[in-house]
Amino acid sequence: MTAAHRPGESPLRIPAPPMPPAIEAIFTTPPARASRTPEAPPVQAPAPVTITIDGIEVSVPSGVTILDAARAQGLDLPTLCYLENLAPVNVCRICVVEVTGSRVLVPACSRKVEAGMEIQTESERVRHSRKLVLEFLGSSVDLSLAGEREPDGDLARWAERYGADASRFGPPSEPAAAGVRDAHEPGHHHAPEGAEAAFATSIAQPVKVDNELYVRDYSKCILCYKCVEACGEDAQNTFAIAVAGRGFDARISTEWATPLPESACVYCGNCIGVCPTGALMFKSEHDMREAGTWDGSAQTVTETICPYCGVGCVLDLHVQDNTIVKVTSPMDSSVTEGHLCIKGRFGFEFTNERRRG
Amino acid sequence: MDLHVIGPLASPVERAAVDTVLGSAESGWTGGQRDARNDGHVARGGHAARARRDLLLPALHALQDRVGQITQPGLNYVCKRLSVPPAEAYGVATFYALFTTTPRASAVAHMCDDIACRLAGAEEVCKDLQRTLGPAGSPARDGTMTWLRSPCLGRCELAPAALVTVAGESPIRRELAPIDAVGIIGALEVALNRGADAAPRATASGPAAVTASVPQAGDSGLRLLARIGTTDPTSLDDYRAHGGYVALRNAIAMGAVATTREVTDAKLLGRGGAAFPTGRKWAAVAVQPAQPHFVVCNADESEPGTFKDRVLLEADPFAVIEAMTIEGFATGASRGFLYLRGEYPLAEARLLGAIDTARAAGLLGVDVAGSGWAFDIELRRGAGAYICGEETALFESIEGKRGEPRNKPPFPVEAGLFGKPTAVNNVETLANVLLILGNGDGVGGGARFATLGTEGSTGPKLFCLSGHVARPGVYEVPFGTTLRELLELGGGVPGGRAIRAILLGGAAGVFVGPDALDVPLTFEGTRAIGASLGSGVVMVFDEAADMVGTLRRIAAFFRDESCGQCVPCRVGTVRQEELLARLADPTPGKAPRSRADELALLADVGRAMRDASICGLGQTASSAIESAFRQPELVGL
Ligand SMILES: Cc1cc2nc3c(=O)[nH]c(=O)nc-3n(C[C@H](O)[C@H](O)[C@H](O)COP(=O)(O)O)c2cc1C
Ligand code: SF4
Ligand code: SF4
Ligand code: SF4
Ligand code: FES
Repeated sequence: MTAAHRPGESPLRIPAPPMPPAIEAIFTTPPARASRTPEAPPVQAPAPVTITIDGIEVSVPSGVTILDAARAQGLDLPTLCYLENLAPVNVCRICVVEVTGSRVLVPACSRKVEAGMEIQTESERVRHSRKLVLEFLGSSVDLSLAGEREPDGDLARWAERYGADASRFGPPSEPAAAGVRDAHEPGHHHAPEGAEAAFATSIAQPVKVDNELYVRDYSKCILCYKCVEACGEDAQNTFAIAVAGRGFDARISTEWATPLPESACVYCGNCIGVCPTGALMFKSEHDMREAGTWDGSAQTVTETICPYCGVGCVLDLHVQDNTIVKVTSPMDSSVTEGHLCIKGRFGFEFTNERRRG
Repeated sequence: MDLHVIGPLASPVERAAVDTVLGSAESGWTGGQRDARNDGHVARGGHAARARRDLLLPALHALQDRVGQITQPGLNYVCKRLSVPPAEAYGVATFYALFTTTPRASAVAHMCDDIACRLAGAEEVCKDLQRTLGPAGSPARDGTMTWLRSPCLGRCELAPAALVTVAGESPIRRELAPIDAVGIIGALEVALNRGADAAPRATASGPAAVTASVPQAGDSGLRLLARIGTTDPTSLDDYRAHGGYVALRNAIAMGAVATTREVTDAKLLGRGGAAFPTGRKWAAVAVQPAQPHFVVCNADESEPGTFKDRVLLEADPFAVIEAMTIEGFATGASRGFLYLRGEYPLAEARLLGAIDTARAAGLLGVDVAGSGWAFDIELRRGAGAYICGEETALFESIEGKRGEPRNKPPFPVEAGLFGKPTAVNNVETLANVLLILGNGDGVGGGARFATLGTEGSTGPKLFCLSGHVARPGVYEVPFGTTLRELLELGGGVPGGRAIRAILLGGAAGVFVGPDALDVPLTFEGTRAIGASLGSGVVMVFDEAADMVGTLRRIAAFFRDESCGQCVPCRVGTVRQEELLARLADPTPGKAPRSRADELALLADVGRAMRDASICGLGQTASSAIESAFRQPELVGL
């Protein structure tokens, strides 16, 4: 026992303040109703603040983020860990901008504007950090599918814009054997010695295929925390996955890297929906990519309503060769905000069972 | 959320260990005995269980201390008790280096191989350990013991240092310094064979030990260190006889606002590294409308080369408790948390004793010193993570989460611990508060305090002198003392060797050369030469010192201690370490680029970490390394 705690209670749990005296007149007659519905109280529009973005003075509503303000001006700021329907975690640092008076760069995706702020979104300092972030990711993570997918836009385009060249750090190290990265303990890494140091340590590892619905290829994981947020607080409230380990060994994991079927996962697929790099992928898509039959250009997207229950979630059916290959939901749908449950997400296999004979 | 828990049930031993912290389980809902009649109709746990999430780390400590590992059944039981999803709890357990989720021998020697201990031959000790016990981490002696490398253990003045932990019914944690392989193995054997009581306390607590850490102990001019070695750290009476609890009485008499004004007038700047004005911080918390307010003492001291807080905590624990009480009074808080790094068991014992004694004497609790104001202090033990010294990571850790720093703003004075206004201060900062509010013989009054030191750096200052000096230890000098004078106090470099470099401010600081010996040790003086005082580290490297090895150890430190949250630091620290390894071993044909290109790349990495990282760890991870390469004669590459 750590002597700091008494069983059951820490010494500090100061007793709750006494309850206010019970309200006696609970059963009084309510006042007569107004003859018409009262008007909603006027909502005060947030007072606009004036800021300067890239030398141009603009007026924006107070309380918006620098990213909102910049995008409203038509500026193209890169983001990776940001998503409209999740709480900003500001960890990827690709959206950083320079704010006059701030010692360090600030993340546009989470920092709120303040009156008089002077912001530079493409200064040399900003460009340097964005370039290095892209090189850090490019040299440690498989970004091959990070460009294609909505909504995070085009990594390759940014790499070009910022002159990022991940090969500056050397060729990537060999993939780790299955389970090795899952077992790394904090504080005890293997320091590069001799010839090892010529390689850029990467997180390459085998794909985790442990169920029939979706696969996890953590070689492609940039640790943007989106799947954790979608699985937990921000959407699904299941908390099947979390970040484990520390530093470069940090990873998305179930407890003890338990295979998904034994974990708390309910296969809502909301983590797949938010993953910006293709690390989380429908097994159908993964298998077709392995077989070389995946062809995005030959696919159509059909919008429909999920047939299973009365909620009425909007589904986007991705169809190739008259077969549903995956299901998503539009981020801007007021019903789903992009999130579904197992039925809408994966319950399409029966459509592929064509009646024989 | 549906709590989904898989795997075998916790053993009675595991449950008992967890119950020492959480009390026994009340119903089947929270992992206790299931009573179909009562449990079947009413759901228990839920919100009430989740409200105790901050007991997650203490519960994990209890498991680790008892069974030597965070086992899956044990963790499951904790999850049920606190209603924490297992994936999340696993994420917490795997964040802290003193917890292990894989089977490990019950007796572990954590051997410090960090920069100061390296200078004192830690690598030789590691080689000896490897010869006798096998490679680090491998089970030895029938799986009963093992050894691991550890980052700085905060005993640099007595280097090389080790920490021995033995799990069991009466768990043992013991600091050993200076120590060799024979001593370490002996300590492991004794602890395994005879249990807690029999093993000699290697860190002596008598006067001899204090002089070894504080060479000035007993000098009449000392203020911060006045009680070190002269006052019994376990006796409240002795503490009072040496001026203790005068400051609290004065503070209560003058009221919260006046107390804060004295601290502001003293122009006291925080000693934890960021040099923020303490009075301003207190005043900002005091006026926050949100309630309750919290105070936190940051005793996580893990910056390599830093040990001043440890000396204060071990040898003057009541002072820290009294100063926290004053801080609570001034900021309108009713609870204080003392976050102590897990590698300081002696300090922990002393502090727990001091808290209990103070509470028994009515100096903590519902009516502090008869003032009618309620305040109490709880000690929380860290679990091996340098990043938890960063104030917002520290809050996360107390709240039972991974120690990942938060984005600022909002700042802690507005939204800190549990999202409430929080004043967090370093141990040494708090020690200064007692001088400000004490009576004339100490310092007495903010205005008088402000006359000490220099205009921009008021008061006395503690420095952690280590490395190649004759008398390493904690030294108290007025701000403005030059580096040369400090080194002379420490007896200079032994053997008459020349100084090659001095590390100022720790691994997050900078190297300076012998040409900087006349810099006045003040916030402004060090800033003027592009250095910083940081946590007060002054580590001396003589002409024969292995600078390249030192730099690589610093790079490895940041690689290990990065929380991993943000890209620039998570990957940048890895690339920095690889670059150093390449620069240190420039075999022709092996390096892909010219040396100049490699150095440019190193600078690119450093700049991005400094500019774009979330917290101070990433922002300073390249500081010392880059400073060394700016002065090639220091590095000798
Ligand atoms: C990576 C990192 C580690 C830190 N470690 C410590 C520490 O061990 N002790 C400490 O007092 N402050 C530490 N700090 C500084 C704290 O964040 C904070 O500024 C300090 O506790 C405030 O107290 P002060 O104003 O009394 O200095 C650390 C900061 C960073 C960025
Ligand atoms: S599928 Fe749903 S429940 Fe499973 S890990 Fe992903 S978000 Fe969590
Ligand atoms: S798996 Fe995808 S969503 Fe999850 S952290 Fe990695 S990149 Fe982000
Ligand atoms: S700078 Fe490093 S330690 Fe700080 S938040 Fe980023 S990854 Fe974590
Ligand atoms: S998008 Fe802002 S930090 Fe990732």
